[in-house]
Amino acid sequence: MALGGIMGCRYFGKDADTGLVTEQKGIKGVLDKLHHGNKAKRVIYLFQSGGPSQLESFDYKPLLDKMRGQDLPESIRKGQRLTGMTADQTAFPLVGSSMFPFRQHGQSGAHISSLFPHISKIVDDICIIRSMHTEAINHDPAITFFQTGSQQSGRPSIGSWMSYGLGSENENLPAFSVLLSSGTGRPDAQPLYSRLWGNGFLNSLHQGVQFRTAKDPVLYLKDAEGISRNTRREMLTRLAKLNDLHYQDFGDPEIVSRIAQYEMAYRMQTSVPEVMNIDDEPEYIFKMYGPDSTTPGTYAANCILARRLAEKGVRFIQLYHMGWDQHFNLPLQMKGQAKDVDQPSAALIMDLKQRGMLEDTLVVWGGEFGRTNYSQGKLTAVDYGRDHHPRCFSIWMAGAGIKPGVVWGETDEFGYNIVKDPVHVHDFQATLLHLMGIDHEAFTYKYQGRRFRLTDVHGEVVKGILS
Amino acid sequence: MKKSLIVAVVFGWVLGCNSPDASQSAKPDGPEVVQALPEQIDFNYHVKPILSDKCFACHGPDKGNQQAGLALHERELALAALGETHDRHAIVPGDTVKSLLVERIRSTDANTVMPPPESNLVLTEYEKAVLTAWVAQGAVYKKHWAFLAPTQPDVPAAGEGWANNEIDRFVAKRLDGSGLERSPQAEKAKLLRRASFVLTGLPPSLEALDRLEANTSPDAFEQEIDRLLASTAYAERMTQIWMDLSRYADSHGYQDDPERFMWPWRDWVIHAYEQNLPYDQFVTWQLAGDLLPDAGLEQVIASGFNRNHKITYEGGSLDEEFRTEYVADRAQVAGTAFLGLTMECARCHDHKYDPVSQKNYFELFAFFNNVDEEGFVEPVGRTPDPFVTLTHQEVEDLVAFIHLPDSIEKVELMVMEEMPQPRQAFLLARGQYDAPTEPVYPSTPERILAFGDRPPNRLGLANWLFDADNPLTARVAVNRLWQQVFGTGIVATSYDFGNQGALPSHPDLLDHLALKYQHEGWDTKAMLKYMVLSATFQQSSKTNAVYEEIDPENRLLARSPRVRLDAEMIRDQALLASNLLNGAVGGPSVKPYQPEGLWAETRGGGGNLKVYVPDTGNLLYRRSLYTFWKRTVPPPGMLTFDAATKDLCSVKRQETNTPLQALVLLNDPQIMEASRQIAVQVLAQQQLSEQERLNQMFRMATSRHASAEELQVLVAQLQAAMVDFESDEAAAKALIAVGEFPVDDSVAPTTLAAYTLVANTIMNLDESISRG
Repeated sequence: MALGGIMGCRYFGKDADTGLVTEQKGIKGVLDKLHHGNKAKRVIYLFQSGGPSQLESFDYKPLLDKMRGQDLPESIRKGQRLTGMTADQTAFPLVGSSMFPFRQHGQSGAHISSLFPHISKIVDDICIIRSMHTEAINHDPAITFFQTGSQQSGRPSIGSWMSYGLGSENENLPAFSVLLSSGTGRPDAQPLYSRLWGNGFLNSLHQGVQFRTAKDPVLYLKDAEGISRNTRREMLTRLAKLNDLHYQDFGDPEIVSRIAQYEMAYRMQTSVPEVMNIDDEPEYIFKMYGPDSTTPGTYAANCILARRLAEKGVRFIQLYHMGWDQHFNLPLQMKGQAKDVDQPSAALIMDLKQRGMLEDTLVVWGGEFGRTNYSQGKLTAVDYGRDHHPRCFSIWMAGAGIKPGVVWGETDEFGYNIVKDPVHVHDFQATLLHLMGIDHEAFTYKYQGRRFRLTDVHGEVVKGILS
Repeated sequence: MKKSLIVAVVFGWVLGCNSPDASQSAKPDGPEVVQALPEQIDFNYHVKPILSDKCFACHGPDKGNQQAGLALHERELALAALGETHDRHAIVPGDTVKSLLVERIRSTDANTVMPPPESNLVLTEYEKAVLTAWVAQGAVYKKHWAFLAPTQPDVPAAGEGWANNEIDRFVAKRLDGSGLERSPQAEKAKLLRRASFVLTGLPPSLEALDRLEANTSPDAFEQEIDRLLASTAYAERMTQIWMDLSRYADSHGYQDDPERFMWPWRDWVIHAYEQNLPYDQFVTWQLAGDLLPDAGLEQVIASGFNRNHKITYEGGSLDEEFRTEYVADRAQVAGTAFLGLTMECARCHDHKYDPVSQKNYFELFAFFNNVDEEGFVEPVGRTPDPFVTLTHQEVEDLVAFIHLPDSIEKVELMVMEEMPQPRQAFLLARGQYDAPTEPVYPSTPERILAFGDRPPNRLGLANWLFDADNPLTARVAVNRLWQQVFGTGIVATSYDFGNQGALPSHPDLLDHLALKYQHEGWDTKAMLKYMVLSATFQQSSKTNAVYEEIDPENRLLARSPRVRLDAEMIRDQALLASNLLNGAVGGPSVKPYQPEGLWAETRGGGGNLKVYVPDTGNLLYRRSLYTFWKRTVPPPGMLTFDAATKDLCSVKRQETNTPLQALVLLNDPQIMEASRQIAVQVLAQQQLSEQERLNQMFRMATSRHASAEELQVLVAQLQAAMVDFESDEAAAKALIAVGEFPVDDSVAPTTLAAYTLVANTIMNLDESISRG
């Protein structure tokens, strides 16, 4: 039997006095009530795909500058496995961030590299986690791990879990929306795959819906040429009539659900283009998000869209910005990548704040792993690269329930290992669920005989970063 | 909307939005008419589902996690003395007072109650009562039903006067006393539609519908079934299902996702189904065709089955890590597809629910570990070893069923090939490639059936699967055929026959079918025919409040299930009805319409898979099983209608109902173009009246005539559309310009556009995407 739906199933309540059935706003999730009070109502996840270097962004390691060119001591590496790209390298020359000097910012005095001048200005609004670590060392398993809690494909993405558990505050938009952009720092970025926003074993109602800049912002949304809005409305009315006739004969409740899905589709045809059309944003907003923000499909434009979707009550908004994979030409590529995201990311935080939405919107910025403290390939005066590094990297979180102006966790002076307050991917996921009012151990879906969780069988809420 | 409909919407929500997945409850499969305790508690049907679901995680087969030393999956262990002084017993048969299990599950103290609060598991009062009664009745254990070899059940006498064959007798017996009445036979036309989709994935042609209508012979329906089974479309439909199970795709998957060429293997599957190759050989060739003593090229090609897994080209990937994944993938397919077991659960630790140890898992793994292959392959464009090269000469001489086009000189097909010296397999701690522990050797779980002295290779494995005493192979296979025919398997969890799987709704029927399949030569066509000719299959699919109340999931089959069409069927029906369908069989996969930019914007696809370049001409209209499947960005319309992702073995698809599906049917150019061509066809028949034309369009999509009331709606729509388009001819012209197929300019654009709109409305009916 098909499940009907969360998306597209409006919820109906019976009025106690009149006995009349009335429509309620929003779309119900599977959780009747939250496990505990929630700080966050929605999430904007700014995924930096490819693995941004923590050493040129948020993890300041002056020792690496002092030891520039010297080999990484084995006492630090301790046999950590390397990818096939550097496993055969004979030397591991350390390299710091002297090209992009760090400075302290804000009341918190957090160190941030000169590549991120705008994020530096909002440092007191965000919580930087310098002690993230993961298990995977290649992109595919690492991104899959972050998004689904497992390195192997087939499990639901975080956004799908949210849609399944919490439903949506807006019945006219998908609860889980996805936006992609390409980095200018490394245009030949490593790819993404649609299963990253897949529903896995959950009902496909919970799949992430990609919002695109193409003529169809959602696939097949736009009516064929020659079909006016009026024609479409009339057609759907007749379609509903015919479906209802069949329902009278066959009695299958799926037919009724089908009628409701068509109505939802019809409403999406209006609501999606409305939310995607940013022309009505005032000039100061474009200024705030930076010059790219008027170009559709850029990270900056997507950040504005993310805010608009959040305003409309979309539960989980996932951006992916590609191109953070600096094996070579790091200085040049990183400049481009940082420029893409620095101003818009900071603007998003300020924009949410000025609208009073930062209080119940959780924003996450980060990639799937970090990068090595030694150069991949030749280290020259102006050029180097960094390989994948799963043992430590930096992300930041802001908004609902997150302590602002905090730096959490610490790595050793080589920036190779974590020495304080490690945060595993499952811990991060547990914390995210916690903020949404969900106990990650109790939120399960039984599939193939097993109760699956986003956090598999692990994960501890990182209490120290909660406000 | 009428009032009745509004009430029904509420009903739909209650049922649709809130009803948990069948697998979310641990109740025995089938409706619980009364919640009263059964008089005689049965271990397999009443007790074990509770123990497995609520207790085994900490007191089950996983030796690494048996809390307090207690294990409940075997009687001897459950009865053992526990505690420091060996004076405590979880279970004392017949004595509920001395049995700590009873005390603990009934405890109200958070410190002692079982399951403990932190497990987030809770026993219902009914479940507690079952366990207590079971202990009181002596705590009798039985082996898991699926691990006992099927026994020939007596055919019940029920269903006299209704039954067409034994299936109906078993179904009638189960319906007795359920409060449900069997349904009358469906209308002939609907029946043919249902059978056509089940067996060929296509709707019946209007000719076939007329032929059946006119045929008064008592075996008229059987004649049509024989026609369907003899068609190539049958083989294509079976292949489509097998492609899900075999995780067939046209790209390698993982992030770079370059092209691969496994389609000659797919052509072999079509050929095998067309020839009705007995299932035992069909599977043996795929598992071990290369190892057969008289292996020819055909058998070697069949072994490509085990090379359909994903392969990585991602720079920097660790060879052994990914090679291990490929071997694990093969083991998973063997577990799911042939044993119906979640073997992969035992990769990291002993299975939590089933008698499969981690060692058992790696023994199965060991069968597939002896291929001289790389984990990380480069560069893009190189076919991973081992492979066979197929030239036109070879195809012509040896494997003429492969459709190698003249434009391609040769094709390299990945196949299995055993290393001269098997690679030593190890039990991998936590399943990790870099943590080998003890050496293991190819074998199978002894609790299912001992492997014996068979050769320790894939051929031995195939031989073991088809041992007459193997309790799983035949049941799992016929259950999948049942799922194909009835929408849901007798075991609803067709991927899991283990302790956590659903119990069979009709255990005796399942055994009857399994033994019949086994004894009558694993004849797949015969088995499908047997199912389709049953009176059970031929019932109407109408439902009502009583059915929905007592048996909403239709486990008792008092009616035929009303099943939505598969993704491929929906598109193929549109192509067939519009007369656009290109009936060519096999060959390289094709690229029909797809929204622009989808491949490019994710940046994947080494080589020629970076940008999607649609085919042109009649390649746009091939059956959907030939649609190019790029794993990282699969055809979006297919996924929207729940096609399998082809990343892993899949034996059961979801059936969902979403607004994105509505958008596909309303606006996909393939559907719009087909709608127009349906209109062109009826308009070309000048002898037809307006109503006859509308009726014919309706019939093409639903296989039945429209009622007077329905026709009235369609006529009104057509007339309104005519008026609209006459006032806006540009709109009419734009609408009929969709698609590549040349527009028939002999018809006035306004007329054609109006008919196109109505045809599209018909294509969007719930009935049109249901097999009825």
